[in-house]
Amino acid sequence: MSTTIEAPRSPYSRAPRSRGVNWEKWGWMYMRASGLVLVVLIFGHLIVNLVLGDGIKAIDFAFVGGKWSNPFWQVWDCLMLWLAMIHGANGMRTLVNDYASHRTTRGILKGALLFSVIVLITLGTLVIFTFDPCPAGAPADLLASFCSAS
Amino acid sequence: MSRTETGTHAPGSLAPTGKRPQGTLYRGREGMWSWVLHRITGIAIFFFLLVHILDTALVRVAPEAYNAVMSTYKNPIMGLGETALVGAIAFHAYNGIRIILIDFWTKGPKYQKVMFYVVIGLWVVTMAGFVPRHLINVFSEMGH
Repeated sequence: MSTTIEAPRSPYSRAPRSRGVNWEKWGWMYMRASGLVLVVLIFGHLIVNLVLGDGIKAIDFAFVGGKWSNPFWQVWDCLMLWLAMIHGANGMRTLVNDYASHRTTRGILKGALLFSVIVLITLGTLVIFTFDPCPAGAPADLLASFCSAS
Repeated sequence: MSRTETGTHAPGSLAPTGKRPQGTLYRGREGMWSWVLHRITGIAIFFFLLVHILDTALVRVAPEAYNAVMSTYKNPIMGLGETALVGAIAFHAYNGIRIILIDFWTKGPKYQKVMFYVVIGLWVVTMAGFVPRHLINVFSEMGH
């Protein structure tokens, strides 16, 4: 039986992909697109929370209340939450695929990643949009100054 | 071997004579270390993010609960941890932009090594701005 071996550098055509969405390609695109947006969102987050004003000293319930009474920061933080959790979990999925050699281990680790993404995105989104900066019965000195204005 | 190089391999031997592989190899050079650092910083940021979402969620429990946890963060050890975190984020951000340029810019692969040193330079500038500002906030908090 004779086998034909093509010249090493001859152009080849890839076998036509099975129909359907190329998820790995879109995941690859997502990492780059979300990464660019996250650079802006996270640098803004760090500058506002850690650099401007009193930085970390100022962070308490009243500080969060002041930010999240503004829809701008609610949308900012929600976008950051979704983009960063999916970006981070997809990056961790790459590491699991690279370093976990057993199929079962990979399944367990990727299941844990999926679980944590769903739970934390749900929790975080609910917290951002159901948050009350002036909860009834809370000591006034712990709240933002606008709570006692009315 | 099709490559002709001098000083890489001893004649008739495959063992490298230098400390690390030479020539066009990616291993052991800027490309590898940027990749290693990108992975390590990525893992660190991911686990911080999990904790950060949970501690921020305490605002929904009670003002006292959130403030209690924040006050445990306001000490020099956590302050240094936050500095390391910002360092990890800054590297991951700048090197991420380098990766995008390697992938989409025609000359990206050619300049990947130069861009690694640009990343390091931008990182140093960023940290030079951030670290004094943050550590002053952290250490002036003590005694209050």
